[in-house]
Amino acid sequence: MHPASIVLPASGLVLAPLLFGLINRTKAWFAGRRGQPLLQAYYDLYKLLHKGAVYSRTTTWIFRAGPIVGLSAGLVALALLPIAGMPSLAAFGGDVVLFAYLWALARFFTVLAALDTGSAFEGMGASREVQFSALAEPALFLALATLARISGQLSLSGIFTAVTPATWAAEGSSLALVAVALFVIVLAENARIPVDDPNTHLELTMIHEVMVLDHGGPDFALILYGSSLKLWVLGGLLVNVAVPVRTGNPWLDGLAFLSGMAVLAVAIGVVESTMARQKLLRVPHLLLAAGAMSALALVFLVR
Amino acid sequence: MSLILLAVAVLVLGGLAALITSRSARVATFFGAGAAVVGGGLGLVAAIGALTGGTPAALSTPWGVYGVASLGLDPLSAFFLLPILGLSLLAAIYGAEYLDPRRKGGLSGLPWLCFDLLVASMVVVVLARNGLLFLVAWEVMSIASFFLVIYDHEKESVRDAGWVYLVATHLGTAFLLAMFLSMGHAAGSLEFAAMGQAAALAPASVGAWFLLAVVGFGTKAGFMPFHVWLPEAHPAAPSHVSAVMSGVMIKTGIYGLVRTISLLGPPPVWWGWLLVAIGLTSGVLGVLFALAQHDLKRLLAYHSVENIGIIALGLGVGLLGWSTGSSFLMVAGFGGGLLHVVNHAVFKGLLFLGAGSVLHATGTLDLEQLGGLSKRMPRTALAFLVGAVAICGLPPLNGFVSEFLVYVAAFRGASGGSAEVAAPSLAVLAGLALIGGLAAACFAKAYGIVFLGEPRREVPAHDPGWAMQLPMLVLALACVAGGLAAPLLLPALADVVAAVTGARSLELSSSLAAPTRWLGVASLAAVVLLALVGGLTLLRRALLRNREVGQAGTWDCGYVAPTARMQYTASSFAQPLIRLFRVALRTREHLEAPSTLFPADASLATHTPDVARERLFHPMFQGLNELLSRLRALQQGRVQMYVLYIVITISVLLLWKLE
Repeated sequence: MHPASIVLPASGLVLAPLLFGLINRTKAWFAGRRGQPLLQAYYDLYKLLHKGAVYSRTTTWIFRAGPIVGLSAGLVALALLPIAGMPSLAAFGGDVVLFAYLWALARFFTVLAALDTGSAFEGMGASREVQFSALAEPALFLALATLARISGQLSLSGIFTAVTPATWAAEGSSLALVAVALFVIVLAENARIPVDDPNTHLELTMIHEVMVLDHGGPDFALILYGSSLKLWVLGGLLVNVAVPVRTGNPWLDGLAFLSGMAVLAVAIGVVESTMARQKLLRVPHLLLAAGAMSALALVFLVR
Repeated sequence: MSLILLAVAVLVLGGLAALITSRSARVATFFGAGAAVVGGGLGLVAAIGALTGGTPAALSTPWGVYGVASLGLDPLSAFFLLPILGLSLLAAIYGAEYLDPRRKGGLSGLPWLCFDLLVASMVVVVLARNGLLFLVAWEVMSIASFFLVIYDHEKESVRDAGWVYLVATHLGTAFLLAMFLSMGHAAGSLEFAAMGQAAALAPASVGAWFLLAVVGFGTKAGFMPFHVWLPEAHPAAPSHVSAVMSGVMIKTGIYGLVRTISLLGPPPVWWGWLLVAIGLTSGVLGVLFALAQHDLKRLLAYHSVENIGIIALGLGVGLLGWSTGSSFLMVAGFGGGLLHVVNHAVFKGLLFLGAGSVLHATGTLDLEQLGGLSKRMPRTALAFLVGAVAICGLPPLNGFVSEFLVYVAAFRGASGGSAEVAAPSLAVLAGLALIGGLAAACFAKAYGIVFLGEPRREVPAHDPGWAMQLPMLVLALACVAGGLAAPLLLPALADVVAAVTGARSLELSSSLAAPTRWLGVASLAAVVLLALVGGLTLLRRALLRNREVGQAGTWDCGYVAPTARMQYTASSFAQPLIRLFRVALRTREHLEAPSTLFPADASLATHTPDVARERLFHPMFQGLNELLSRLRALQQGRVQMYVLYIVITISVLLLWKLE
């Protein structure tokens, strides 16, 4: 096993919160502001980890378990993510299913923690979250099935190792469609514009942010870190498809992957600066479109 | 073989003893529940023996004018016996506390006789190797469960549910009767072995027999649109009976279908397409209708339709593999579907028992009346949570394992197969993902509304006694064990699939080796996940030590007088999804909006009737009724007319006979 295949996944643990900094800097640049420091998310985590906590009298242990299960699932999913053509730490056939269902587990407990507060706002956010994720999940599976069809493999590592410049030359149209679908999924699953606005200040209009309204202190630090990991891991899927650099040197390929992640963060920042959030009733259309694109990519392959 | 027959005898005799000792409810319960426990235990020993390397046993006895009656215990039968006996045993213990003997005067033994007969008949159904014996056991099963459904016969809704069930189950049996008679006619015998040979000789009728089996067995299993009885009957029955009916009785339909498939032999590819289509319809519509329900047990009943859909998807992929000669698809598809039979019995049994505990304590199952129960019923809440996570197919519990197998089979079909396999496999993938997402939404609602937050109305609530807690504990542990120890249990599936498809067990074992290894890694990942959860819990505790940890109200935007009524309700939680799928659901809303400057009471009520019942069966029976009512013209009420009818009938018969 090449040392890079351990160093690169581990780099996600350290670099994930940096993505938020890059996104915010991009948005600030568009708005003509100086913006937060690049490392703001790290400062926030540090501050939160040193705080006490306040719990609602309504809540039970579920409320405290939500952030913990969420982050644990994210950490295991990170171990399943192949990077730059190198297999993941725990690759096995069908790990695709475990990967998707780990996020589902995290979401289930986040939603329960929100309902545990008995707050109408958090119930509202939870209701929206389960609706959109139910539609995002088929889109994700169809995208992964397209890639599995190209590679003939059943593990994430096999699937993404097979995406090379040569496959782009042969099946470029399918891969491009999958990449677009994955980008929509990344935006939706990570509560970004056009699905959810991470900067909104009205509880009524939020999705993810409103579900964690009552969390504070170390609990909220776990949530913040967990969501940065989620952006890293799901974004990593897209970068693996979109940046198929295969020089033969794992360190160079890894560097290309990391640059790809940075570009992805900037791209998200651009989307958030140039688009408004969709009406909530329109979001399902967006997710269905992502699923349709993946399905179309498959039709190109099977015909 | 003798052990399992002894178990049947114990069940029947124990049930009769319960009936005889009806005068003392306590003695009747002792005999009735005791028979289920002893009989279940004996049968489990026999079934486990047959699954772990025992040779398939068979028994044929002369049976009067009907020829011989054959029984057999092969891996497939033994595999279905496990959930049937295991869940019935636990449900009997639960029922001993749940059925309050003081409430019913008189025949307190009768429900126990019906319960024991239901269990015994299910055992005979999976053992029977003769069409007539099978149908007799099938009928006993239907009648016994009918009497259990109308246990609360004072309520009109319960009687209504009972009738729907009785009619539906007999319509299904009619299709089975036609199938067995036709197969028996072709074979010249009602023995399964002979029928299997006839299938090879009469390839033209095989397709028709398969369709009859799908409709007949599908009615019992709850395939859409033949599921109409299920959401009526399951909530009406006492909760431990709901658990048995929903957990294992409907699985006899799956057993019958799989047994018939094994007799009819190598399938054409359209059988796979048909089951995939049925699975998608049942799965997606089942979970959508579950989302729209306000009654906890009715919600669970619709989830049985959904899970039957998942099982059908697995069987469909298995049939695709069988017809195209892919032993991986065959073993992973059939294996996943059949494993889901057991897993669903475990978690659905658990959930119905949990719902029963809620009903027992609070007296209601209306989601909008409940809330915050986890503080006052912590054990029930924990058990229900385990069941909810398992039924959503989330790791690390047992539901994940069987869904994993079906997913992997579908991925293989989508990635490798030709278009005739790839297209349905893709539909399975997208469908399973959608079902999974919707099921998670539905159980977030069920658990979140009932057990979390604040009580919406003041109701009494407490954990039940040990006899009701113990079965839930055992089932919850089984959910965990089935998830983590899956790689150890999986090899037994190869024999079961071999019994269905007639493929060599060795070849199937080698195809199953890869998924078993993968599940091993997945189990390891699940252990790591649990370790991380433990580690982070300790970390959080260490961080908060010596720091200020306060208590406050939930954030309410600064509003000064929040009440429990301001919480999100079950209806509002599900509303966006209901609205999105309104084309299929056709939910009715009765809205009285606030009006005028000083609005008085406003109200909103939603009701989602079953589409198949409203749009298919209701018009059908209505039409039938009108057609038959025309025959009323014959009913003149004059004696002369009836004498004339008799004369005409006799003349016709005479002419026919004389000719």
